[in-house]
Amino acid sequence: MSTQAPEAAQARVLAGRKVEQAGVLRGSGSRRARRRGAQVAGLVWLAPALFVLAVFVYWPLIENVAFSFLKWNIYNGEQTFVGLDNYANLASDPVFWRALGNNVWYAGLSIVFQVFGSLVLAAIVESLRNERWRKVFRGIYFIPSAISLTVAGLLFYFIYQPQTGLLNVFLQNLGLGQFSQAWLGRENTAIFAVIAMSQWQGFGYSVLLFSVALQRIPQELYEAAQLDGVGPVRRFFSLSAPLVREMTGLMVIVTISGAFQVFNEVMVMTSGGPNNASQVLGTWLYHAGFVTNDFGSAAAIGVAIFVITLVLAMAQLAYSRKRRVEW
Amino acid sequence: MVTLLRLGRGVRGAAVWALLLALLLVVLYPLVWMVGNALKTNAQVFNDPFGLPTSLLWPNFATAWNQGVGEFVLTSVSLTALATLATELISVWAAYGLTRVNIPLNRQLTVAVLAGLMLAPTVALVPLVKMFQGLGLYNTFLGLLCLYTAFRIPFTAFLMRAYMLDLPREVDEAAALDGASTAATFWRIILPMSTPIIAATVVLNVLQDWNEYLFAMVFTSGTGVETLPVGLADMMSKNGTQYPVVFAGMVMAALPMVILFFVCQRYFVRGLAGGVGK
Repeated sequence: MSTQAPEAAQARVLAGRKVEQAGVLRGSGSRRARRRGAQVAGLVWLAPALFVLAVFVYWPLIENVAFSFLKWNIYNGEQTFVGLDNYANLASDPVFWRALGNNVWYAGLSIVFQVFGSLVLAAIVESLRNERWRKVFRGIYFIPSAISLTVAGLLFYFIYQPQTGLLNVFLQNLGLGQFSQAWLGRENTAIFAVIAMSQWQGFGYSVLLFSVALQRIPQELYEAAQLDGVGPVRRFFSLSAPLVREMTGLMVIVTISGAFQVFNEVMVMTSGGPNNASQVLGTWLYHAGFVTNDFGSAAAIGVAIFVITLVLAMAQLAYSRKRRVEW
Repeated sequence: MVTLLRLGRGVRGAAVWALLLALLLVVLYPLVWMVGNALKTNAQVFNDPFGLPTSLLWPNFATAWNQGVGEFVLTSVSLTALATLATELISVWAAYGLTRVNIPLNRQLTVAVLAGLMLAPTVALVPLVKMFQGLGLYNTFLGLLCLYTAFRIPFTAFLMRAYMLDLPREVDEAAALDGASTAATFWRIILPMSTPIIAATVVLNVLQDWNEYLFAMVFTSGTGVETLPVGLADMMSKNGTQYPVVFAGMVMAALPMVILFFVCQRYFVRGLAGGVGK
């Protein structure tokens, strides 16, 4: 999962809240009396952002939908309207479904490790008495998230190498040689090897975010729990976890959304192989467009990704709105 | 009874530390291995993957640098710097316009700027390639600069907007009373007051732009505009037998961001946590 997705999603959650505040500010005082001309002149501040976004973000998105109805060769420029053919082809394409399934695996395993695993880990780290050790663990766990998915992917490509890779040599040294294998070269292990790398790369990021959330819990609550003789396990389940559940819910949605946008690590480590076993939607889109030169199908896959991520974004907005009412 | 309890606590404490330290090892060992391999000979990488480097071949770094990493670094540094600068400027203007200037259709324009948060870059890939080929931006530095800048605006503007909404209203009013124009108020007052959020978003944008792979891979074809991530992936496929050199390149790509994180950890956390449950 790229680090961009979670931050963007957190941003979305607050977006709704802030719009309301803006409304309040806008209506205040003498500003309303300003001339209309001065108002329009104010748009100058927004013009660059709106222009750049319209040209490079929103327009391509609209075009993409139009392209998904075409049979189109980008190199000789031939375009034919084919209606829903591209979508029908996708529906009967086993690799598309396999890619979608891999995205689902990605989401599921990331929720287990990067959301719930990281939550437990963050709670453990935050329960340490020594502030310096807390900092050390948080900081070092985060390092893989600072190095790019590309570098991490290349690194694990070497670690997974059949003969000289760290993992197999390690297994052999432990006497578990029978488990050593070509992790990225076998159809049934490739995607899971990539997902495992992604957990390594991303868990420290979630730990950091959960730590921030846990630090916001008032210390008095912990002191009260301690006076009542509540042990650490019960404290986690009846105090820490419920009090950061907003963050947890957010992370779940963010993680799923990120899992459907996966591209870098798969591209670097397997390019979707062997035999398309580790394709995900993003790499299958790339393959359709830039390897088999079928841009209509690529656009249709793009629409599929768009719909999935849009639904998740809506879920997120609804979730944050619901939470807002409860506060 | 008391001793039993204390013993139980001790065991649990030991288990906790064992877990935390084991994970520390899982995180650090591959990274140390990466640095170690960058210092080995090719033969040692293959024959003794676990061993410490016997030779400390710093020249591997020079070789990597001369075999293209130098150019990748130059491209990545200038792209990251310019794209971050452009994103910051455009976003801070937009945030100012949305929060402190009286403009028509404020609500709709806010949505127009922030809705980009919902879009995955992959979705726009095909039309962007077509557009860039038409505009002559395909395989150019300028093309990547446009994409990097544009796709980071919604998030950056979002954080800045949230921050500026919390700045006291009286500041602008005082400036207006002193006869300052909207522009003067921005440059002399609001911009300086926003430095904390600017610092936070700069750190996040630098990290993202430096590590970006999708656009850099799709929109370049290996001539002079390769960024570090793309160049390294390329180097590995072409240079498959000179592993230490590839590892040296990876270290050079990773190290600046690790240092950036540790130096700017405070801003980092502020930026990341900026959207979360205030």
